[in-house]
Amino acid sequence: MSPMTAQIAEKVEAAPRRRSIGEVVLTVDDLQTVFYTRAGMVRAVDRVSFALKAGETLAIVGESGCGKSITALSLLRLIPDPPGRIVGGKVVLEGTDLLSLSEPAMRKVRGNRVSMIFQEPMTSLNPVLTVGRQISQALMMHQGMSKAAAMERAVEMLRLVKVPEPAQRVKEYPHQLSGGMRQRVMIAMALSCNPRVLIADEPTTALDVTIQAQILDLILELQNQLGTAVILITHDLGVVAETAQRVIVMYAGRKVEEATVEELFARPLHPYTRGLMASIPRLGLMRNQTVETGRLQEIPGMVPPLFDLPAGCAYAPRCALADDRCRAEYPPFEEKRDAHWAACWHAGE
Amino acid sequence: MTTVDHSAELARAGANVTGWASRTLFLANRYPLGAFGAVIVILFVFAAIFADVITPVDPTSTNPAKSLMAPGGQALMGADFMGRDMYSRVVHGARISLAVGLGSTALGCLIGVIIGLASGYLLGWFDLLVQRVIDIMQALPLLVMALVMAASLGPSLENTIIAISIPLIPNVARVIRSNTLAIRELPYVEAARAQGMSEVRIAVFHVLPNTLAPLIVLATAQLGAAILTEASLSFLGLGIPEPHPSWGRMLSESAAEYVRTAPWLVIFPGLAISLVVFGTNLLGDAVRDLLDPRQRS
Repeated sequence: MSPMTAQIAEKVEAAPRRRSIGEVVLTVDDLQTVFYTRAGMVRAVDRVSFALKAGETLAIVGESGCGKSITALSLLRLIPDPPGRIVGGKVVLEGTDLLSLSEPAMRKVRGNRVSMIFQEPMTSLNPVLTVGRQISQALMMHQGMSKAAAMERAVEMLRLVKVPEPAQRVKEYPHQLSGGMRQRVMIAMALSCNPRVLIADEPTTALDVTIQAQILDLILELQNQLGTAVILITHDLGVVAETAQRVIVMYAGRKVEEATVEELFARPLHPYTRGLMASIPRLGLMRNQTVETGRLQEIPGMVPPLFDLPAGCAYAPRCALADDRCRAEYPPFEEKRDAHWAACWHAGE
Repeated sequence: MTTVDHSAELARAGANVTGWASRTLFLANRYPLGAFGAVIVILFVFAAIFADVITPVDPTSTNPAKSLMAPGGQALMGADFMGRDMYSRVVHGARISLAVGLGSTALGCLIGVIIGLASGYLLGWFDLLVQRVIDIMQALPLLVMALVMAASLGPSLENTIIAISIPLIPNVARVIRSNTLAIRELPYVEAARAQGMSEVRIAVFHVLPNTLAPLIVLATAQLGAAILTEASLSFLGLGIPEPHPSWGRMLSESAAEYVRTAPWLVIFPGLAISLVVFGTNLLGDAVRDLLDPRQRS
């Protein structure tokens, strides 16, 4: 184990492991989302499958443009059509295939059984409506609550997400709250109907570092209380180590590796995962490890354009291990070790 | 170094403002021009409501003895050639002007908002069709459009309101549509969709309230324009029919013949028109500042 993975392993140890994980609530099977653009067809999500259990946190990591946000939006069927369309697969939530539901039926799922927290707390709230009205609208819509009851519950939700003086805050407008407070409001909104699945799309990216930890702790604490399954979309491996139980690594729209957090950080199999881990800045590295020229490692090159993917492995052009077979043939997604899958001809080399 | 008077600074920031009376005073202090406009508009509204109480004579009753009487003790603003009391007519004219102004602005805004919101939200062929119709309507000036409408509908109070409201629709629809186009792409609209709101609900609940601030600015500007258009229509004989006292008609009756011999017949209705338009414009500017939620405290 290298010193940097050892540091991440420490974080993994510190992460809460006490939560009870229940039965499977969400199964995604062979999900395919494409975009039809002038440059050609873009396979933004290409045969992605995973299962999610109640109370579990699943992290989806990858670079910008790897398809993690589109995966999340596909689950809620919020892909703008045109240009995008879900062309295949199944998303089964507690026995119902969401992809076969009618639009009105799907609306009853969104915000009620599956809800989402967005990246931008500053713009994800309507500036001209009070916070209370925005939280209560989902309750009135999905739970059929009266205005007064919904407002009461909104106060309760704000108390739950630890907003001070919730009875005052419900009457305030978003611009009167700080970024961290707004993200708490977003979380209160998302959890108000007690969803089975919460999708958090980079929930801490736009926040101060000090607030990030608070928000993550809050999400995990509420998840524990309510038994919600969480899909955490992030590019921050530190966040993954602290919060998730299982990790999916995506590259160019496909799953390239999947494992438990402990397993992934201890034995990353895919060269892309290893590249991601090597490019985390570490203080210790700068002081001691002058061996590696003292510079931060990077993955050479860029994600290839999705409408023009190479025939073989999409990562091959950037991979140090790539050979002719990698360039010609896409590697199968196989279980390389116990409960540890990867799509690579040279897994673990 | 001078000492800072914290309580005076706090009072300036409005920290101890409670109750509607002190709130009003505070706002009047902050927007003196708006307060001035509000006072003018309120005066005219009161004049319109209590027109029967505050005028001594019926505005339509004629009195040959008073014909073309100069302003003075017997007639506050003089009398016209039929001996009708000008003060009564100007005060009662406020009723007509405000009814037409408010009525046509409200009607025009209502239809314009519905068209603009639907156009900007649905897009596609509906938007294309609506926008081309609006292009055609906007190619004609407001007054010409109102003239055509008034001439084809015939002179009456209701028809005047409708005639003036129709040319307002394209302006309102344009503003609402362009705002809708910007707002529908914002993250909170997507967040609302992720909450399971239907498109109609999103349009009404999230998009519409965000277009209200520009709408109110536009509406107050249009209010002045509508009053002016009514005056113009009546001046041209297509607006409010006799014997209703309309400021525009008063001007047209007197301007040609009596402007030299009895200038008060022109001055007072003209002053009334100018004042009420001026007042609504000042008020509109202040309302715009006030309605911006970022400036609320």
